Amino acid sequence: MPGGRAADPEPAWRPRGDRRRWERRARLIASIREFFAARGVLEVETPVLCARGAMDPAIRSFSTTGPDGRTRWLQSSPEYAMKRLLAAGSGPIFQISRAFRAGETGPRHNPEFALLEWYRPDFDHHRLMDEVGELIVSILGCETPCRVSYVRAFRELAGVDVDSDSDASLRARVRVAGASERTAAELERDGCLDLLLTHLVEPGLATLAGVPAVFLYDYPASQAALARVERKEGVERAERFELYVDGVELANGYHELTDAVEQRARFEKEGRRRARLGLTRMEVDERLDCALAHGLPPCSGVALGLDRLVMLALGVAGIEEAIAFPDTIA
Amino acid sequence: MATISTNEFRSGLRLMVDDAPCAILDNEFVKPGKGQAFNRVRFRNLLTGRVIDRTFKSGESLPGADVVETELQYLYRDDDHWHFMHQETYEQLAVSEGVLGDTAKWLSEQDVCRVLLWNGEPIGVTPPNFVVLRVTDTEPGVRGDTASGANKPAVVETGATVRVPLFVDNGELLRIDTRTGEYVSRVKE
Repeated sequence: MPGGRAADPEPAWRPRGDRRRWERRARLIASIREFFAARGVLEVETPVLCARGAMDPAIRSFSTTGPDGRTRWLQSSPEYAMKRLLAAGSGPIFQISRAFRAGETGPRHNPEFALLEWYRPDFDHHRLMDEVGELIVSILGCETPCRVSYVRAFRELAGVDVDSDSDASLRARVRVAGASERTAAELERDGCLDLLLTHLVEPGLATLAGVPAVFLYDYPASQAALARVERKEGVERAERFELYVDGVELANGYHELTDAVEQRARFEKEGRRRARLGLTRMEVDERLDCALAHGLPPCSGVALGLDRLVMLALGVAGIEEAIAFPDTIA
Repeated sequence: MATISTNEFRSGLRLMVDDAPCAILDNEFVKPGKGQAFNRVRFRNLLTGRVIDRTFKSGESLPGADVVETELQYLYRDDDHWHFMHQETYEQLAVSEGVLGDTAKWLSEQDVCRVLLWNGEPIGVTPPNFVVLRVTDTEPGVRGDTASGANKPAVVETGATVRVPLFVDNGELLRIDTRTGEYVSRVKE
């Protein structure tokens, strides 16, 4: 540039951000600990290196080898171990931990990330939504989140009746939303809903609700994962919720399934689906299975993406700016 | 061409989409926490210039497009074609007016252009960023008016019209930015 000097390129060793930004992240995490301490929720730690990985076919776990020569999985969430603590009588617990998901890199994904996960015995998912709302209002200073049911959000933002539209009509919607022919042809029903969720529902939620923070709740029973399924107005719904802030998916919570037999059946179903999709075989976590058989207290639990929360609190555009060492420079 | 998986998608990569060669402008990974992962991709169709948005299930593959960019020198034109030459191999290539499009109005002989080839056939020509062209038709220059900022149209030797300051006169050489079509400066002979 004439008369000017080109800016020095960022040296390769340098972490992202500056002292001020790292301090804000540290203070945010400290305030989360205070929030739970004031409510008598116990901080716990569970292993990152686990004998069993997530069964969910949509999650790819990293693996390595343990000292006994067997596979170890880097946890994709501390859910299984925290449920063993609950079954052992821990009472309300929270954890701030590292979690790992292979193949997830993007403006809102880093393969290694910080997760805040907590469980509340005797809470149903609505009572837990209240608490999640209080936490994020205290941190982001935003308005109290609104609640919009999954069915209503899809009806108003994607023009889809989740309960009665045929697979063929969902595929047609997915095509209009921009899916490639092959993707539209291959997606299963829930895959179609996921595409419409990310393309049409997420961007419109804040406007629909009139506030930036919105809980989407009561999911299709097929997307229950580890949530209870209850019959409501004649239709089965998963008692599950997700929190979105400014269209960013921030947290996923369940009124937890406590029925060991039903949980075992769901794990086996996911195992069969993994096989059908040609994914790595995952053994059912017998220790979790036994813990559930012993008795998980009625409870609700939620996992919140801490890096995304920091991203929103800092007002930066991408998750890489919220992390001192994103994967690209780790 | 080999197929390329969404995992390898990055800006600039050239792929076949709907039977047309396209370049990736933007590739974003999206995934609900408990659900299917997708790549939302924005492409430019290299034949039409149109921008298209398309979503793929992560892991899906697309055929690569055999598109290469090469530097060729413009030699001359005849009735149907503009003729270019590779400066090292001396290989010649004829480009139709339709492929040349707007670029035609900036080219004078010996300009070195970037030519996009798909399966060996030209599909696009980018002129040099700056070209020097002679004014053939404009109102007589107003001497000394270098400050008013007012401008007027001027036709240059290739037929293009550019906005120029009032002091520019017929027969003068101008430097023009072809990306914006704007006058940059006068050039002394």
